[in-house]
Amino acid sequence: MSRKNKKISSSGLNLSAAQKAFVRKHVVQQRRIRIFQIIILIGFIAFWEISTHIGIVDSFIFSSPSGVIKTMIDMSQGGELFYHIGITLLETLISFAIVNIVGIFVAVILWWNHSISKVLEPYLIVLNSLPKSALAPLFIVWLGNNMKTIIVAAVSVAIFGTIITMYSNFKAVEQDKIKLIYTLGGNKKDVLFKVVLPSNIPSMISLMKVNIGLSLVGVIIGEFLAAKSGLGYLIIYGSQVFKLSWVIMSIVILCIVATGLYKILTYFEKKYSR
Amino acid sequence: MSELLRIDHISHTYHSLEGETPALLDVSFHVNDGEFLGIVGPSGCGKSTLLSLIAGLLTPSSGSIYINGKDIKSSGKNIGYMLQKDHLLDWRNTLRNVTLGMEIQHKLTDNSYAQINDLLNTYGLVTFKNSYPYELSGGMRQRAALIRTLLLEPDILLLDEPFSSLDYQTRLEVADDIWDIIRKEKKTAILITHDISEAISMSDRVIVLSDRPGTVKRIIDINLSISDRTPFVARSAPEFKDYFNLIWKELDHSEQKK
Repeated sequence: MSRKNKKISSSGLNLSAAQKAFVRKHVVQQRRIRIFQIIILIGFIAFWEISTHIGIVDSFIFSSPSGVIKTMIDMSQGGELFYHIGITLLETLISFAIVNIVGIFVAVILWWNHSISKVLEPYLIVLNSLPKSALAPLFIVWLGNNMKTIIVAAVSVAIFGTIITMYSNFKAVEQDKIKLIYTLGGNKKDVLFKVVLPSNIPSMISLMKVNIGLSLVGVIIGEFLAAKSGLGYLIIYGSQVFKLSWVIMSIVILCIVATGLYKILTYFEKKYSR
Repeated sequence: MSELLRIDHISHTYHSLEGETPALLDVSFHVNDGEFLGIVGPSGCGKSTLLSLIAGLLTPSSGSIYINGKDIKSSGKNIGYMLQKDHLLDWRNTLRNVTLGMEIQHKLTDNSYAQINDLLNTYGLVTFKNSYPYELSGGMRQRAALIRTLLLEPDILLLDEPFSSLDYQTRLEVADDIWDIIRKEKKTAILITHDISEAISMSDRVIVLSDRPGTVKRIIDINLSISDRTPFVARSAPEFKDYFNLIWKELDHSEQKK
């Protein structure tokens, strides 16, 4: 954001006074927004730290910023923390890949064959509206207390929405563009590869932005129920043994991981949409 | 001029759950080699259906279409179809857009690029080879769409109101452009339009279709006493307004019957 502002103001060497004033006002306002954002964050952390020190809240239950940082340093020295982060990241990325590949593949099949899509429609709607966390205990019984369960749980959270959204995006492709391919002597395969898929790359990426978040949600739910490692496991275990620093630290790391993954996809989105 | 295309007692009916809609009823006419044929008719008279039938996108409910005396399904002749909008694909640059048809028909070889460059050069698009559709003007987009069709070397070009999405001034310019290109490449063309002036200015012959279900109402030969004919110049020919009034009356009459 700040880099963009600099570009605006420095390019205005021979601008009118009114334009300069306008740009300056914009820059000042952007800066003010950023300052307030930082104040809120610092204020919140400072208030939390101080109130645990003077005893307004109990640091045993609420932990404290210094406690969280201390835990973070302790756990990262043995590499234990990175192991848990790695496990959660790995599970999330595997689920994310499965959701997107299988989701788009099934959507293509539904688009290709109208009868299949009509037959499957009610099943997809029911499965999509079902709260997937209700299925997690079943997965544990069926698949055991392991990573397989976690990945299946995470995939189940996002897959049906992906199929339904992608299928309706495929169907929304302009009819005349499809006609164009036929007038050029193409067949259904050409329609798919020349028009339907390429025109849907932006919508695929925005769906991926949703799916990365949902995969993370699914993985954490899975780790709550069936795991011996991962950030979800740290949260559940920490709360059971009253190590609230563990819990809060894991949540903070989750915030960072979630934002990081989202930002990566935003980068790709920008790259693809000129 | 020899006969290239023959439409023989074509009828077509659309079916839906609400019922059936007859779109064309017993339509017959022919197109000569190298001729520019205009087809006008009130909206919804089955003009686009007619082109889809000729292009082989639809199969007629009854009747046959012949090219050089052979049924279109077995003639193996290439038919180029230009839709109402240019439909250039946003994610492809001009070069990749004009080669789309060749790519689909697996005709794109290293040798074809010389020919492609030639066409792009002739029709003023060579400097925009790497530009994306949103960077092109309406006229350039329409020309790119025509080159995309021409590269497939069609024997007959079907133009489905190809200028209707353009503003009036661009429309006159593009009509001149496209007409010129078609004449230079010596193509046979069928133009569908609801713009009477456009039909007269571009065509050698105009077919007037009736209201739905479309039938051939009248076939009018266009003979203009001007030299160096282009669509724009044709509009100032002395006979122009007589043809206009003639076609207008035919169309008006079919509207009244409704």
